[in-house]
Amino acid sequence: MSRYIANVKKQFKFKHITTWLLVAIALVILIILSNAGALDRSTTGLLSKIAYSIILATSLNLVVGFLGELSLGHAGFACLGAYIGTFAASYLRESIDSKLVVIILAMLIGGLVAAVFGLIIGLPALRLKGDYLAIVTLAFGEIVRNIFKNLPMFGGAMGYASKTYNQKELFIIAFVAVIIVLILMQNLIRSKHGRAITAIRDNEIAARAMGINVTFYKLFVFVIAAFFAGIAGVLYGHFTTPILYTKFDYNFSIEILVMVVLGGMGSINGSIISATLITIINFELQAKLSGDLAAVRTLVYAIILILIVVFNNAPALKPIKERFSLNHLKAKRNAKKAAVIHDDAAEWNRIETKVKMDTVLTPDLPHNEAVTPDKPDKPAKEDKENG
Amino acid sequence: MSTIMDGLSLGAIYALIALGYTMVYGIAKMLNFAHGDIIMVGAYAILTSLQLTGNPYLAVVVSIVVCTASGVIIERLAYKPLRGASPLAVLITAIGVSFFLQAVAQLIYGSKSQSISLPDFGKVAIGDVKINVSTILTLVIGGVIMTALTLFVKKTRTGRAMQAVSEDKGAALLMGVNVNRIIMVTFAIGSMLAAFASLFYLMQIPSITPTLGSMPGIKAFTAAVIGGIGSIPGAMLGGVLLGLIEKICLSIPKIAPYTTSIEFSLLIVILLVKPIGLLGKKIREKV
Amino acid sequence: MADLMLETKNLGISFGGLKAVQDVNLKVQKNELYGLVGPNGAGKTTVFNMLTGVYQPTTGTFYLDGEELKGKSQEKINHKGIARTFQNIRLFNNMSVIRNVLVALHNQPEFKYNPFDAMLHTPRYYDVEVRMRDKAKEILDVFGLVDERNNLACNLSYGTQRRLEIARALATNPKLLLLDEPAAGMNPNETAELMSIVKGIRDRFDLTVLLIEHDMKFVSGLCDEVTVLNFGTTLAQGTTAEALNNPEVIRAYIGG
Repeated sequence: MSRYIANVKKQFKFKHITTWLLVAIALVILIILSNAGALDRSTTGLLSKIAYSIILATSLNLVVGFLGELSLGHAGFACLGAYIGTFAASYLRESIDSKLVVIILAMLIGGLVAAVFGLIIGLPALRLKGDYLAIVTLAFGEIVRNIFKNLPMFGGAMGYASKTYNQKELFIIAFVAVIIVLILMQNLIRSKHGRAITAIRDNEIAARAMGINVTFYKLFVFVIAAFFAGIAGVLYGHFTTPILYTKFDYNFSIEILVMVVLGGMGSINGSIISATLITIINFELQAKLSGDLAAVRTLVYAIILILIVVFNNAPALKPIKERFSLNHLKAKRNAKKAAVIHDDAAEWNRIETKVKMDTVLTPDLPHNEAVTPDKPDKPAKEDKENG
Repeated sequence: MSTIMDGLSLGAIYALIALGYTMVYGIAKMLNFAHGDIIMVGAYAILTSLQLTGNPYLAVVVSIVVCTASGVIIERLAYKPLRGASPLAVLITAIGVSFFLQAVAQLIYGSKSQSISLPDFGKVAIGDVKINVSTILTLVIGGVIMTALTLFVKKTRTGRAMQAVSEDKGAALLMGVNVNRIIMVTFAIGSMLAAFASLFYLMQIPSITPTLGSMPGIKAFTAAVIGGIGSIPGAMLGGVLLGLIEKICLSIPKIAPYTTSIEFSLLIVILLVKPIGLLGKKIREKV
Repeated sequence: MADLMLETKNLGISFGGLKAVQDVNLKVQKNELYGLVGPNGAGKTTVFNMLTGVYQPTTGTFYLDGEELKGKSQEKINHKGIARTFQNIRLFNNMSVIRNVLVALHNQPEFKYNPFDAMLHTPRYYDVEVRMRDKAKEILDVFGLVDERNNLACNLSYGTQRRLEIARALATNPKLLLLDEPAAGMNPNETAELMSIVKGIRDRFDLTVLLIEHDMKFVSGLCDEVTVLNFGTTLAQGTTAEALNNPEVIRAYIGG
């Protein structure tokens, strides 16, 4: 026991728990506000939306940012979770009185079913890379949608009418789910398994040569991400009625991807922030921009997406970026300090969260890359968000 | 019989779009997600010029010009700065471009579907079956375009340069091939094919929405992958195959609702069994 | 027989009819430093790729410590005890130095815990992680990399990256270490240092080392035996001095 405490002390760093601690504090404040009657119905509804968006974005980030594979079918897993979870809940409600137990069981069932499909869709992921995998996951999302549309037991094209939850309670449950998911996810990333996953992303060939079981980890990440997406789907299903297959189209998958890209691939904190922001903006704009003007929103996202990716990745912009990046300024300042003291216990397992995108999906580095190593360029913007 | 003819003509449309995907993939090594939306651009170009001039033939010409130009502009503005960046970055940009085009179209034309009246060529009877002349036209013109394209790639200087670039960009550059120009030409040709595809598509389904291109685009990409991406005959084979399967499935009432699932399942199965597609070339990873 | 660490029998591979490597018969004794030399394109790296499961040999087979490993996956072969470095360095560039080594320690039996231990941070997680770090530091110490441990791998100098790659391979606790041009791009000082490191780790970790190298000084100063490959076939084999002075070998290298 004392050894355990010593070990924990050796590794504990406040930084590691800030993410979920902040979310928890936010939740407590919201609960107080809600009890004081300061939150109206639409705000609590928005909060539930934010909660499931955060789960969707962070879980997709596991696949895209940490494993380095592109998945365009994340909405498909959420769709499975939404339909199966609420379907299960409607049966469970007959035999179980406690609403809380019902929704927890529903989340587990929805998550597990999605996880099974994650396993199935993960199988092609082992043989395919990049664009091919993207198209297979996209195809999977469309298949799921198409099937739910045609199953009469789920209401077919009319959608599945589900019992919604009291929104004031639902957002609390949803945020507790977010906190648990975040803890599990970050703990996983900060372990040897997380290291193996990022090793595969960094250099798959080397990872194999080091005896990392690439097959297992790719499947594992797909399954875990699908499980969490399924849970998010169940939350969605308890929040909206009827559940419509049209919601889970390819655009929804892309929207989640936009959250991941905006927040920074490989950055859980970034995903949380961008998921929250995008959901709020969507919510606000939805009320203000009706009809065809809704396209303005899409237009803005499209432009932001293109600009961010081009700015972060265009080889020609590299020198400009380096000059203005925070890291560069930091390095300059550090150079002035004589000695930098390292905190061993914390530094050794710190997570290199932000990856430059060039390295994702391109394990085949050109020969000369090793001769003149690039400085890891971290875009200034992401740094601010995580600071 | 008419199902098969319909399938073939839908297949020809898919093949035309798939060619665009496959050529761009073969040469620029990127999945141009916005390619489907070029069809939408072409469709609206036809609509607008038809409304303005009333001349369908002129409309077709305008649509070809607009598509080609937008393909080239997109390549220059969005993709060229990313040359040499990771495939994931390029792919995400392409998705962004696709959304951009859809949003712009929606802002200009609205999200309601607009109908278009193209000249009706009537039907001809072959034996007992009546077949739309437009179906036959699609097949014939589609066949001619594909043959011309194959000849172009095989016989002309530019075509051979394209093959060289797709084989090894670096080596082609050293041999004095202007890689940037070749990539631009590829985008131009691919977008031109998309203009034809939009014309044929409208001849079958004469209504236009801003998202018109996305489903055919995804399906055509499926076709390109099934045929083996990067391979021109593969794209044709995959397109025709997919068109036939779709029409046959749709003609059987019991499985008609599941057509999309069947097509995409086929893609997954083929990729699992033969990841390089039916006619694709094997690439060895260098260690 | 029993003291052979690696034995290949008629190992060969062809790509689309082209015989890239054929009939390679290596006999590497336990604890030996064995060199694989030959002009560019002779198929040396291809041999490494076959021994590590990257390519499946089309003919022949090979044994590690008496156990046939042909047809096994890359991961399995690594678990059985072959580790390698790469000709063009393949570090995990975005990871710190110590993390590179930690990844390689992944499969050691004493560092086992499952993903659920990780997600729930059980006592086992803490225990293993702390021990893993100590072990990684110990390995880095051998290579003089302890002070660099928190730097990103891509920020190291070229020679240091090479050393780290060897350290990382060593962390998988191999019986046989394959080094693909370990001295390439190093200056004479670094090369000399590398020679003493290779000898040192052989003795300290009871290793057998098979290495590819162009630097003949390096090979003759280090290796007990060599095999010379040319155009995918064995040109000469034997003790280092003998094989390198073989007139055929000299002709292959100088040309003529």
